Amino acid sequence: MKTMKTIKLLSLGLLATLVFSACSDDDDAPQVINEEEVITTLNLFLTPEGGGEIITFTYKDLDGDGSNPEITSPALSANTTYTGRVQFLNELEDPAEDITVEVLEEDDEHQVFYVVEDSLNATPTYTGALDNDGNPVGVEFSLAIGDASQGNFTVFLIHEGDKNAPGASEGNLSPQVGGETDIEVTFNVTVE
Amino acid sequence: MYQKSILLCLFIFFSVVTQAQDCELTISGKVIDIHDNSFLFGAVVQLVGLDKGVYTDKNGFYKIEGICESEVQLKVSHPSCEPETKSIYLKENRQIHFKLEHHLEELNEVLLKGKLYNNESNSSISNQIKTQKLEKFSNASLGDALKSISGVSSLNTGNSIVKPIIQGLHSSRVLVINDNVRLHDQQWGVDHAPNVDINSAANITVIKGASALKYGGDAIGGTIVIEPQKAPIKDTIMGKTILNGSSNGRGGNISTSFIKAKSSGFNYRFQGSLKRLGDLEAPDYQLTNTGQRENNISLGIGLNKIDYGIDFSYRLTNSEIGILRASHIGNARDLVNSINRQEPFFIEDFSYTIDNPKQEVTHQIYKLETFKKIKNLGELSLQYSFQQNNRLEFDIRRGGRGDTPAMDMDLKTHTLLTQLEWTSLEGFDSNFGLEFNAQNNFANPNTGVRRLIPDYNMYTAGIFATTAYDVSERWFLDAGVRYDFNTIDADKFYITSRWENLGYDQLFPEFEIGEDGNQILTNPQFDYHNLSATVGATYTFKNDFKLIGNLSSGSRAPNPSELFSDGLHHSISSIELGDLQLDSEQSFKAGVGFQGVVEKFGFNIQPYINYIEDFIVLEPNGIETTIRGAFPVYEYRQTNARLYGIDVSANYSFNNFEFLSNFAYVNGRDVEQNEALINMPPFNVSNTVTYSKKEWNNFYVSLNSQLVTQQNEFPDNNFRTNIVNTTTGQFEEVEVDVSSTPEAYHLLNFSSGLDFDFNKTKLSINVMINNVLNTNYRDYLNRLRFYADEVGTNVMLQLKLNY
Repeated sequence: MKTMKTIKLLSLGLLATLVFSACSDDDDAPQVINEEEVITTLNLFLTPEGGGEIITFTYKDLDGDGSNPEITSPALSANTTYTGRVQFLNELEDPAEDITVEVLEEDDEHQVFYVVEDSLNATPTYTGALDNDGNPVGVEFSLAIGDASQGNFTVFLIHEGDKNAPGASEGNLSPQVGGETDIEVTFNVTVE
Repeated sequence: MYQKSILLCLFIFFSVVTQAQDCELTISGKVIDIHDNSFLFGAVVQLVGLDKGVYTDKNGFYKIEGICESEVQLKVSHPSCEPETKSIYLKENRQIHFKLEHHLEELNEVLLKGKLYNNESNSSISNQIKTQKLEKFSNASLGDALKSISGVSSLNTGNSIVKPIIQGLHSSRVLVINDNVRLHDQQWGVDHAPNVDINSAANITVIKGASALKYGGDAIGGTIVIEPQKAPIKDTIMGKTILNGSSNGRGGNISTSFIKAKSSGFNYRFQGSLKRLGDLEAPDYQLTNTGQRENNISLGIGLNKIDYGIDFSYRLTNSEIGILRASHIGNARDLVNSINRQEPFFIEDFSYTIDNPKQEVTHQIYKLETFKKIKNLGELSLQYSFQQNNRLEFDIRRGGRGDTPAMDMDLKTHTLLTQLEWTSLEGFDSNFGLEFNAQNNFANPNTGVRRLIPDYNMYTAGIFATTAYDVSERWFLDAGVRYDFNTIDADKFYITSRWENLGYDQLFPEFEIGEDGNQILTNPQFDYHNLSATVGATYTFKNDFKLIGNLSSGSRAPNPSELFSDGLHHSISSIELGDLQLDSEQSFKAGVGFQGVVEKFGFNIQPYINYIEDFIVLEPNGIETTIRGAFPVYEYRQTNARLYGIDVSANYSFNNFEFLSNFAYVNGRDVEQNEALINMPPFNVSNTVTYSKKEWNNFYVSLNSQLVTQQNEFPDNNFRTNIVNTTTGQFEEVEVDVSSTPEAYHLLNFSSGLDFDFNKTKLSINVMINNVLNTNYRDYLNRLRFYADEVGTNVMLQLKLNY
């Protein structure tokens, strides 16, 4: 053990001169990096047409990848049409950064898809402004709710997908859309 | 047992001979070309003053018999070599090898000085590639050239990032030595190709196993020794320019080298190359964003006297490599879609533009070396090198961040190497050395992406001793031992929840320094002790067949990636987590080499078995669901592994035809879990037939057939995950098949060429066509095999000028 120490000291000593000349940037503790592009939070704001309280669905993972997220999935009212808007936030920043702005700035590269499980009586329709090529972005939508039911409601944010793929402009996320999935969040929705 | 008795017999034989004080003594040995270790045929070995002389045979062997006990002077000459003489007092049978400065014809009768890695002087199981063959790969990469050796494959990321695999092992398990400097170029990464300009190499030796201890003890897989063109001690200028054009990628490269040398020993050297390639093309589509740019330069200046010398060199390699656009995906659902799609999602028209994702890597090496021959001792050498590896990886990013690298790492390594080659003890050639390394890794925090590898300082100290002993004309023994101490001191931010999930708050509370938001700063410090050793014997039969046996044990400390890796890999959409609890792995390898020549038939057979304790494997361990969807989580595990295999090459010449055949088989298993190891090269056979005719301007035409079978031995790393069916909106459990291996494939490659001599310059023209039949195929050892086919036909024209 003592010889190990000696070897260690010896090597450190011999190299100290070399190292200090070139590695001065290392003496301090490293700077923390907060992931810039991270999206911690997805909010779905649903406002009943004709007025009423805004219903907010939230998926929030403030601890970065890999911990249990907070999911809020309030009930929706049957036979109601909601005006919907999705919001992406990076809440690691203070104040929280609204990533939706970045998505809208690069609207030709992004599209939000809403996929509804067959058992859930809900029909989303894109509203809102189109991108420069005349394709939907999907941040704003309306959601027509039918009778009481239950099922999954999944929100996708697709980057550089093929917006001209069959059905894409109606919000059908077929494999032909391709691209990369930036967001994929599922809410279990109950219609009462 | 049998070998032992032969040895015993030989000893008895010698003792008998030495007692006989008559004129029955013999001197024998080999005459070797110092530049490429080839045997010199037709060299004259004479006893000066006596009427005795012989020619060496085609294996460079000579034998002079019937010499009396006396002072004799041996003179060796060869038509194109400086003669060499040696005086000895002969009182017993002696074996004396000569190394001659044979001129290489393509270098215009220039005598070269310098000692190459000598694979004849120890029992390492090794193969060499020489200049002439290397030049064929001027337009390709180091990994591509090495694949022409039986038992060497490559692990690819696309077509431009090629990492050599030696007998089934790669990355940190393979050392790359460039001009006597061990490369520290973040070699832990499977998508980090070695930073070597193939055009700067004159000779490459692959040592299969950990038997080249002077370069390091952690070569669990092997060592690749790359040697540049040495300068001669003679007034001369020599130069070479190679120009390549290729149809696939619609580009090419130019490489030029120049050496000016003086008889005083002074020399300076220049070598540079440029490469520009656009998008490559598979038979059915463009491989969008697979362009490549390379700028390489090396400079050297030195004074080389026979008994001392000093040399400085600088090398720069800079490459920008586009990564197939379609391989950048989001989550497990995207991966399933990509696998099912069968062809890349992004296919655009041909372009020279290199967009994100891409890598930009710059590697620089500064080296100062000096040696002094000391009488009655040997040669003492001292070498200092500094290398800096800067790696930028650009990703597809949102919000105009594409110009900011997602990874920006700077690795600096100082190495001090001192070595004594001790030759004064009769029959022994011994090496003693000390190596010190100081390494600093700095990850630029301005990337806006958490560090994949943290900032760290690493110090290593190594000490080694090796010896080779000429027992007799037929027996040759060698052995070596090396000890390395390695200490690493890192500063790493973990996401606090990750640190706790991995249980590190319980295991390593002493590493915790402070918290910053949702991250915890830690200071992991580890020491590793590594012992490696080798022992071997070489026996040369009467018919010059040679049998080599080598045992080696290498020991490798876990690399920074295995310890600290922490993040998402977009190309395989997986989260990779390092493990702080890893220990060093230790290999025990037995290798045999059996080679020989019978008339026009030559063969080389190399079977081996490699048992590795605490082998570090990366495998999926669960699924993590994030806001971006589901990802498999890959973690490291240590196990015991066993690899065995055989590499065979054979050649046969018949009139103007030459047949060359190589095949390699390797089988790797995790013996604890009794399953196959991942990424083992499948059985492959390469057959080449060449017709050549010297009279027609060195004309040759060559057809190569390459068969790579399907790998049936692979671990089941498939994972099941719930994926939303985008039609029904329901979650469906899907098995993501990341394990299945591509089908066997067969490729045909063609090449042909001519040489023209103009006074002092020589022009060579070569045409090469790879994948002549434009075959569609995918390769198991290409990490992007899920996304696209390999490249199709590539027609290349090469012009080479020697002056």
